[in-house]
Amino acid sequence: MNRREFLAASGAATVAVAWGAQPAAAATTGYGNVLVLVELQGGNDGLNTVIPCADPAYYALRPQLAIPRGQVLALDAATGLHPALQPLQALWQARELAIVQGVGYPDANLSHFRSIEIWDTASRSNEYLPDGWLARVFKAAPAPPEYAADGVVVGSGMGPFAGGARAVAITNTEQFLRQARLAQPVAAAGSGALAHILKTEREVAQAAAGLAGNHAFATAFPAGAFGNAVRTAAQVIAAQPGVAAVKIGLGSFDTHRGQLATHARLLQELAGGLLALKSALVELQRWDSALVMTYSEFGRRATENGSGGTDHGTAGAHFAMGGRVRGGLYGRPPELTRLDRNGNLPHAVDFRDLYATVLGDWWGMSPQRALGGRFQPVGFIRT
Amino acid sequence: MIRRVFTMLLCGLLASPVLARPLGFDDARHLLNRTGFAANPPEITEFSSLTREAAVARLLGWTARAPAVPAPDWTQMPYEPPPRLPQLSDEARKDYQRQLIGQGRDLKAWWMAEMLTTTSPLTEKMVLFWHNHFTSSLRKVRMPLLMYRQHMTLRRHALGNFRELLHALARDPAMLIYLDGVASRKGQPNENFSRELMELFTLGEGHYAEQDVKEAARAFTGWSIDRDSGEFLFRRALHDDGVKTVLGVSGAHDGAAVIEILLARPETAEFIVAKLWREFVSAEPDMDEVRRIAGLFRAGAYDIRVALRELLAGDAFYAPRHRAGLVKSPVDIVVGTLRQFRMTVADPLPYALAAGRLGQDLFAPPNVKGWPGGATWINATTLLSRRQFLESVFRSNEPGMAPAMRMTPAADDLRGRQQRALDDLRFDDVAWFAQFRGAPGQDWQRVVLAMPPVAAMAGDDAAALRLAVQDAAYQLK
Repeated sequence: MNRREFLAASGAATVAVAWGAQPAAAATTGYGNVLVLVELQGGNDGLNTVIPCADPAYYALRPQLAIPRGQVLALDAATGLHPALQPLQALWQARELAIVQGVGYPDANLSHFRSIEIWDTASRSNEYLPDGWLARVFKAAPAPPEYAADGVVVGSGMGPFAGGARAVAITNTEQFLRQARLAQPVAAAGSGALAHILKTEREVAQAAAGLAGNHAFATAFPAGAFGNAVRTAAQVIAAQPGVAAVKIGLGSFDTHRGQLATHARLLQELAGGLLALKSALVELQRWDSALVMTYSEFGRRATENGSGGTDHGTAGAHFAMGGRVRGGLYGRPPELTRLDRNGNLPHAVDFRDLYATVLGDWWGMSPQRALGGRFQPVGFIRT
Repeated sequence: MIRRVFTMLLCGLLASPVLARPLGFDDARHLLNRTGFAANPPEITEFSSLTREAAVARLLGWTARAPAVPAPDWTQMPYEPPPRLPQLSDEARKDYQRQLIGQGRDLKAWWMAEMLTTTSPLTEKMVLFWHNHFTSSLRKVRMPLLMYRQHMTLRRHALGNFRELLHALARDPAMLIYLDGVASRKGQPNENFSRELMELFTLGEGHYAEQDVKEAARAFTGWSIDRDSGEFLFRRALHDDGVKTVLGVSGAHDGAAVIEILLARPETAEFIVAKLWREFVSAEPDMDEVRRIAGLFRAGAYDIRVALRELLAGDAFYAPRHRAGLVKSPVDIVVGTLRQFRMTVADPLPYALAAGRLGQDLFAPPNVKGWPGGATWINATTLLSRRQFLESVFRSNEPGMAPAMRMTPAADDLRGRQQRALDDLRFDDVAWFAQFRGAPGQDWQRVVLAMPPVAAMAGDDAAALRLAVQDAAYQLK
């Protein structure tokens, strides 16, 4: 079954009508479009990532931590990138990088664990949902059976896949395949714990069958844990018929203390990794059918703390990149004069609008069912 | 008050006819495996003839306080303030970092050795439980001596009093570093500790407001560390002595007063008892029972044994639906397997690192919430790593692997140490199976597995045993 047949066969996916000068093949929707989620673990400081460098309030709130205007990589007159994100400039100039500012949700929760749970389950602040948002999506519209899995998590923490998706967590594909011979796919149910183990075994066996093969990339992946995660994500995408979604992560962005050096190092790793990911996707001819998107449990407090760091905050900026991403700034610049009574930023874009973009514009399904409400695609996918 | 509760408890237990009966083999196995590491037939047989109450009393009576394995030498040396790294030469900085890594490994190996040899596995289980509750990590604290001292504090109170434990951890230097209390001062309170204190250590999420976190953070300002001794130091000048309102209680609270406010709330006892329930009984606590036990726990002035006694002697603990219902932790897998099969370990470090690869790196939990545990221990990666570990420990006594033929790597080479540790393992299957002869009704599967195997067993005993440890049932307790 090729992608077009799958799209025709799968009720959940629809083929979008191509318009304008785009060739029809480039504007399809469905799971042939892979989603790569990049979790910035610990709460990334949006203000020092996408910087309101013309706003005097930014410099007033952060006498130690503000990035001097001269060092900021300008995007427009009011906004610039942290200098460590220099590798992303090429993507920006190619108009393949969308930056969504002010992403958050109403009644923000400032706990790492609760807030990432809200993001992972796409719940309201006061609502507890058992399954990840992608698990709900795949439950309603599973990836075709010949796919190795609905999704792969590189590293640990099933996050948005938790609770029902056919998803596996792996460290790297070679090791995974070596070890997979130890799985015994036995069909049996039992206690919750036993059922979980048996389900994991079946998923391992199927994923191993689907992910076999080792693509030789010309791309040089950066050294370090994030570079390895990017390499593994690229290997997973290289396998046919592959998966619909991959999650990788980088951290810890929980910079309560001594933020400047830590944050610069992390952003450098992020940008280097993303650039390598683009290069690998271009090699695979998947750049036009890949959407890479960052997320994080929250941004950080607008005011720096007394330890050269920042405490937990609310809204933050996020990136989306891909061959069919319409580059530019989305959302609203940080409103530093409208901080709440805890000193936190108001949000401009609901994080579920990002998910609605994935579901509606990327996979061509109704966002409403999985997200439990009306959320509007942000509009950064060229449809 | 405490005595009254205890007497009530005792009367309640004695009045119940079911408790006068001896445990029998399967209940004894269940109790020992949940509270320890893979019990062996002699222990199980010994506990079989005890009543629930007597068995639990004996377990709680056994809890040791001092570890039997001597701690690394450097833990007894005086504290030295950490050097200011930017002022060191590259070489000195590298030396210092090597020392930190080496000492961190010493700690992991030491605790692993204690778990492998202890006569009171429940003590180790509880130290591990509190390590996972009041988390701190070598990765952030970066001072192994302070992590050692915190570990000894956890050990001192592990089966003691939760109130004292909480007060001790709030002023624990490693905790002050881990949750940034050390940098919190009047006018610039750091909220990290205050938030986790409420969310993870006492009340649980949803039982406090954002404002309570902010106010409590002020109460802990000035709680710091003496740079010369590495001990707790209250810096009065940095303390905010103004009036704060925490959970509706106003006053010029300091940190200790905030802790008392939290201990006065019923949610705190319920939160702890529910967590103990998930550790020992089942993944989904029966909240009515939790509230009942939490009431006794509070009335018993937070004596941890009161809560444990209720949990471990209660009907829910022995209910058939909860058998084989918990996933073994990586430490259960590593320590339990080595103890179950009487494999002697000369170098414990590779086994501490093995537990780390399976997802439980001692002294380095993943984040302040600790290891989430339960079903999350098992995913595609860790399930395969568990199987591989189990395969490797049993491969050790295969024929044709004469020790002289193997490589002898340098002593400081970790990979070499891991290989040698596996090479040195011996499973004496003849002696091991012999213990089941002449003991009617006690076949080895009933000892090794918490439930019948999922896949069919085949071959002789030795072959079947290898299949049994690879079976899904072996992952459960």
